[in-house]
Amino acid sequence: MAGKLTRLQRYYLYYTGTFLAFIVLLAWLEHLGMSPRWIGYAFLFFTISMYAVIGIASRTTDVSEYYVAGRRVPALFNGMATGADWMSAASFIGLAGTLYLSGFQGLAYVIGWTGGFVLVALLLAPYLRRFDQYTIPDFLGARYGGRAIRLVAVGAAILASFVYVVAQIYGVGVITSRFVSLQFEIGVFVGLAGILVCSFLGGMRAVTWTQVAQYLILIVAYLTPVAILSYNVTGNPLPQLVYGEVLERVARLEDKLFNMPDEIHVRQLYQEQADLYARKIMQLPRSLTLEREQISQRINELKASDSQMKDIVMLERQRRELPHDPDQARIRWENAMFAAVDRAKAPIHHAEAFPGDTVEEQNVLRINFLALVFCLTIGTAALPHVLIRYYTTPSVRQARESVFWSLLFILLLYVTAPAYAVFAKYEVLTHLVDIPLAKLPSWVMAWSKVGLVNIEDINGDGILQLAELSLNPDVIVLATPEIAGMPYVISGLVAAGGLAAALSTADGLLLTITSALSHDVYYRIMRPGASTQLRLVISKSLLLVVAVLAAMVAAEKPGTILSMVAWAFSIAGSAFFPALVLGIFWERATRAGALAGMLVGLSLSIYYILRVEFDGIPLLGISGLQMAPWFQVQSTSGGVFGVFAGFATIIIVSLLTKPDPEAAAFLRTIRFRREGP
Amino acid sequence: MAQCDLYWRRTRRITLFLLMIWIGATFGLIWFARELNEFTLFGFPLGFYGAAQGVLLVYLGIIWLYNRWMRKLDAEFGVDSE
Repeated sequence: MAGKLTRLQRYYLYYTGTFLAFIVLLAWLEHLGMSPRWIGYAFLFFTISMYAVIGIASRTTDVSEYYVAGRRVPALFNGMATGADWMSAASFIGLAGTLYLSGFQGLAYVIGWTGGFVLVALLLAPYLRRFDQYTIPDFLGARYGGRAIRLVAVGAAILASFVYVVAQIYGVGVITSRFVSLQFEIGVFVGLAGILVCSFLGGMRAVTWTQVAQYLILIVAYLTPVAILSYNVTGNPLPQLVYGEVLERVARLEDKLFNMPDEIHVRQLYQEQADLYARKIMQLPRSLTLEREQISQRINELKASDSQMKDIVMLERQRRELPHDPDQARIRWENAMFAAVDRAKAPIHHAEAFPGDTVEEQNVLRINFLALVFCLTIGTAALPHVLIRYYTTPSVRQARESVFWSLLFILLLYVTAPAYAVFAKYEVLTHLVDIPLAKLPSWVMAWSKVGLVNIEDINGDGILQLAELSLNPDVIVLATPEIAGMPYVISGLVAAGGLAAALSTADGLLLTITSALSHDVYYRIMRPGASTQLRLVISKSLLLVVAVLAAMVAAEKPGTILSMVAWAFSIAGSAFFPALVLGIFWERATRAGALAGMLVGLSLSIYYILRVEFDGIPLLGISGLQMAPWFQVQSTSGGVFGVFAGFATIIIVSLLTKPDPEAAAFLRTIRFRREGP
Repeated sequence: MAQCDLYWRRTRRITLFLLMIWIGATFGLIWFARELNEFTLFGFPLGFYGAAQGVLLVYLGIIWLYNRWMRKLDAEFGVDSE
């Protein structure tokens, strides 16, 4: 058997063996008394130095190696690399939590993020591979001709990739600060170092081989805790197969808990709280002065009587922490009101699809669910950093096969995420809810210190009601090892997995941005005669600049940027998908059509997102822009309109312009070719 | 050139057929998830199972079929022989 393996397969087998041995070693050291902090350091140091070894070993000065790994990546390995490239910190840490919080509704992410690969396989990957060049703007430039379309493509690629890369580096900062207790900003620069060791010297070649290594770590880290948890709960270590049975138990617990008098009472209390905030917001600014006066009056009363100093200090602090002005009060109270409204809502059964009292309400949810699926599917199929991976295989046939492997490796994680959510819910419903606060398991306390778990005994009965508990989505994956009572080494493993997921995605994105700038803008447009050596120097310097820039933005903890990541799918989908697909399947598509379609699709998506999401631009003093969503589609699915508008514009404008005489010859080379690769 | 056209026509037919399956599974089946939840499969409500695993396995099947059919087609026309 061992004789039949290729050299690469043998290498990665040794590598996986080494990693597993390392985990066992650490488990033993923990048993001997190694502190969690040092276990965290060991994981951080060990994994990053393995990536560094691979990254340095694959350094290169060859252009084809730097941009497309020399087109020598076998299908299986390209599948793994794509898996790591694709699965980001959000998939690894956030997805299970989203599924925990939104139950069936969250499955839109699972369906959309995997369905995209069907479109990649059927519509894009084989043709991109047969085209035999380096980037996505390359393809559009060759098919339609002209510099304008290349520049629009470069712009859209950077727009979609940059916020994404910032979010990955931010993720690295979060993971290192939680598990290794590094300061957040230092964590960000550790992440930067981790990214640069993988990509700086070897470009795509180094990124590919580290991504394979990172995939192996991330999948081991994702599957291990939930397999152990599943074994503890059901006696079967394959959570994907048995969580149906646990889901049934969850449904029974939900039936019992949802209508308990205490639960209903707590939800009522939250409703009252929300109403109170609503009243206070309505009566601004008077309500704020009133509240300040009330507290001052109480302080004076206390001072007059001889009550405890402690109480006075507490009240004074309360007064200090009041909002400074009505604007701040409005923002703060609105947030508090929304949080209370959330907790006051009647809970939904985990498996219930499209919950709504009337058929109309259900249909709105159906439409939104499918719109989100559509948007994520098209976005996935159009993200440049995923598509360029299919340039790296040795042949068209291997490109097709590698999409199969990609989806298989990605499915391993996406099929497990819903199981994570169900097991976590089972744990919460059996060991948390309806339990006296003093007897809650220790992980709840540990994570509420970091602010990821929030418990408020609003009815003062000393017992936790479901509505009194709120969880941050990240906590599900991060805390599962503790929930299952596993040693700290498993927590360290999860951190290493999250780190691998974030670093591998950041590498792929960074390379996409760099090659768009150095290959498409510098080489193709500014200096077509530049020497190979100069091109690589430019590439590497740009890589450094973009990486440092992204790390600096991430270190600022920009909240809005993180929510913008969801929009990358709409941007990429509406800019690239129609132009690429029509470019391959419709000979009649012309340059003017494609250019118009890309611009219209892109602008419509951005316009829709901005108008639905924001009310105005405070910087310019513009306000009152907010509009009601069309067909009640949320801003994250704004790409739906952009994609359709893009298709329609390309078709109409193409039919109005003269057919491109060179299209037929170009299409013959990418649709049908006799010679070997 | 006739060979090229024939190859392309058959590629398109395969692609279109598999795309229809993709649309049917994703948008057809999931639309009725609420109704499908009345049934159970391996302990899962069927609609939930379909969205969490069923559809994903269909996707994998689609790509597998595509690769198989395209391999045959390539062999028949002698395209991209390695």
